[in-house]
This record gives sequence, C-alpha cells and structure tokens, in this order.
Amino acid sequence: EEKMALTAETLKDKLTKELSAEYVDVKDISPDMCGTSFHAVVVSPQFVGKARLQQQRMVNNALAEEMPSIHAFTQKTYTPEAWKKANST
Amino acid sequence: QNYYSKNTTQLYQNKNEVTKLPNFLLNLKRNLTTGIDTGSKEHIQSLVKNNKVVVFMKGIPDKPMCGFSNAVVQILRMHGVEYNSHNVLDDDSLRAGIKEFSEWPTIPQIYFNGEFVGGCDIFLQMHQSGDIIEELKSIGIKYNLLDQEYSKK
Repeated sequence: EEKMALTAETLKDKLTKELSAEYVDVKDISPDMCGTSFHAVVVSPQFVGKARLQQQRMVNNALAEEMPSIHAFTQKTYTPEAWKKANST
Repeated sequence: QNYYSKNTTQLYQNKNEVTKLPNFLLNLKRNLTTGIDTGSKEHIQSLVKNNKVVVFMKGIPDKPMCGFSNAVVQILRMHGVEYNSHNVLDDDSLRAGIKEFSEWPTIPQIYFNGEFVGGCDIFLQMHQSGDIIEELKSIGIKYNLLDQEYSKK
C-alpha cells in the first residue's frame, strides 16, 4: 500500500475534526509545493481559557501522526472571539 | 605512532573530513569523549537552567541555518538579550532529546528561566504584541530600549 502524500486538505480535515474547529485554513508553503511545509490558522472554541502555548500544543497533538513527515510547520491559533476581533480591525 | 592514532590525527587535521562524518558518529564521538548523553533529560535540564534565556536552534546565532531560527535570533538581538544557544544540527541526540523534553515537535525552542516558552510562532507573537518586554522583565532581564528611555530622563 502506497503512503499518501500529506496535503493541506488532509491536515485541514484532521484539525477541523480533532479540535471541533470553526475555521481552519492550511496553506502549503513548501518552496516546491512538495507537501512538507505548512502554515495553519485554527479557530476553535476548545482554545477558550487556554494559554497560547497550550493552544499550540493541542494543534501539534492533533497532528502528532503527521508531524514527523512535516518539515516545517507554523501556526496561529484563535478562540472564536479573538478571531472575530482579529478580523474586525 | 601506531596506525590508529595516525588516522585519528589525520581525521582531526582535515576539517572537511570530520564534517562529512554522519551525525550519529559525531554524536558518538562527543558522547564517548565527554561521557554525557546530550539528549538525556538530565543533560537538557542542566542546559535550560544554565542561563535565563536558552535557545535550541538550527545553526548558530551568527549563521542560522533556517528561517525560523533566524527569526528568533533577530528578535533576541533586537531586544538586546544575552542568551545561550545550542545547535541541534550538530547533535542528533540533542535534537531528538529536546523535542521529547519539551513535548514540542519543531525547532527552534525557547526557554526562559528553565521554562519552555514556545517555538518560533509563539515567540514572534510575543514580540509583536509586546508581551516579550514584560516576560523579560519578569525574569530579571533588563530591557535595552527601556534602559535608553530611563537614561534620557
């Protein structure tokens, strides 16, 4: 069985499901689009009351399976409220 | 000079030869020489407590080997912070060990007062929001820009 290449879409689905996220955007930022560098924006009510470090740990944990094959991963996490604020300015 | 010591000397004399060695051999050499497992919890515990600010990065501050490590170095430079840095590209054992120690999958990693602060994203956000100034003050690091403000008064 051939191993499926990581895509932004599969990461997005996983994050949406695992974190009951309201909004997820994953961009493939690999120089050659080879699927090893990603930037993720995650908005989830599960982040409420949690420090930024904790929020990012939750994202890392949700992608624990994929992480070893990801070369670079950057992320921004928001609570629904923080997300609204960030988009209103 | 016997065969072994002769060859060892040659290895040290030819710098390129040494860097061509696989990392695991370099690690083995280091660990056998110092008797320290650089990836062990005890060793990392001592590293993070060695200075108020400690960074695990790819490359060295004068020559970061990755954009994310470079960002962290630039921020620390901008804030005039002194710190210890450890190059994980030089040490596979440390590279694996620090990920486990911090329970964090990526490099760079930043420690304040022996406590894990986060990776590049968190550090950038702390810098952008200005939180970093308070954080540095709270661990007793004099903030350069603030000092300049004070000296004007």
